[in-house]
Amino acid sequence: MPQPSQLPVREPRGGYQLGVVREVLLALLAGEASHGYQLRARLALALGPLAEALNDGQVYVTLGRLEKAGLLRSRRVGQTDRPDRKVYELTPAGRKRVAQWLEDTSWPKPAPAEFHLKLVAAAAAGLADPVGIADRQRRELLVGLGQAQRAALAEPEGSVSALLLEGVVLRLQADLRWLEACARYWNSAKEQK
Amino acid sequence: MNSRQPVLSARGLRKEYGRGAALVRAVNDVSLEVAPGESVAIVGPSGCGKSTLLYLLGGLERPTAGTLELAQHRIEQMPETGLARLRRRALGFVFQAFHLVDELTALENVELPALLSGVSPRKARERAAQLLEQVGLEDRAEHLPSALSGGQRQRVAIARALANGPAVVLADEPTGNLDSSATTEVLRLFEQLHADGQTLVVVTHDERIAATADRLISMRDGRFVDETRLTGGSARSLTEMAGLKG
Repeated sequence: MPQPSQLPVREPRGGYQLGVVREVLLALLAGEASHGYQLRARLALALGPLAEALNDGQVYVTLGRLEKAGLLRSRRVGQTDRPDRKVYELTPAGRKRVAQWLEDTSWPKPAPAEFHLKLVAAAAAGLADPVGIADRQRRELLVGLGQAQRAALAEPEGSVSALLLEGVVLRLQADLRWLEACARYWNSAKEQK
Repeated sequence: MNSRQPVLSARGLRKEYGRGAALVRAVNDVSLEVAPGESVAIVGPSGCGKSTLLYLLGGLERPTAGTLELAQHRIEQMPETGLARLRRRALGFVFQAFHLVDELTALENVELPALLSGVSPRKARERAAQLLEQVGLEDRAEHLPSALSGGQRQRVAIARALANGPAVVLADEPTGNLDSSATTEVLRLFEQLHADGQTLVVVTHDERIAATADRLISMRDGRFVDETRLTGGSARSLTEMAGLKG
């Protein structure tokens, strides 16, 4: 995994985990030097409806931090009819960081252990019906799945943003299948008692 | 027709197989009302009776007991010829394995139900062409099913189900044989039909179909055990689910 090293740890509140956006901005710059607004537009296209939560300021704040960390540099380009604009480009250190990031195979953690133990504990303590807990959780995830699926269907066919939403959908689907297995297990455990 | 009245309703529906110790209650005292324009998904583990229920609702099997009303007609004891006529007019069926006629083109498959119910060949052809367009396959009209992808075959089957302007479309595991992107094709089409006011009853294992229905019914051992409306609710935000927010 790439080391966060000299980058500040604190993130602006209420926005994306800039830990992700940080590396993405660097990688987008590896091809060619760009304006901030071009980077922002690329992100917006890739994220589709999810881009709403990404505020402009964060892209620029992040670019500023990356510059301070020596991973990119900027120069001002004069414009006749508007104020000057900054063009960002990668430094060799930034390029190295991008290469590390692309090779990195770490993966967002699926976390069934906590829920699993919740059901075990609920059953052991006789506090609550594990089947009921699993069913309630299932309903919650189904609502989320419906929301994600509708958002995916609303994107143009074959678009890159629909692909992201398909990822959300398929993950929720996997979680739901496991919850079904939980309900089945605890249901038969109840019957055997 | 009063639009408030259910297009499909079942009361105390039962289906039993065998007798004595070997008696199986595949469907055990199920009641259901489906309003016009509603989409209902019925889910449950294999063998819970959901497919049998769909066949009962579609008049393809006779119930052991209970009443069944389709488009304002009582059908549980209707003679077979009348029932077959009503089925053709009021219902569209979609199956997991598509059930297209392999020797007929996509267009010929879609026009078949209209021809069978006595519509003129010209009218049937016009309607079939229009339906293929609706499912986005007008450029595949002359293809045989074998030349189509799974998702395309199911879309042809859905177009065929719509041929006679059915009051209800009944679908049995419509995405059971499809991969993720073909499933998306079918979901897209169902959403469009739903928006156009088509009544849909789908029996499925597929959480993606279940999650996009207006109403979700869970079955276990031949009975309805849970019924939920999935609209609204307090789902986590999409950005959170996509891993963009902590």
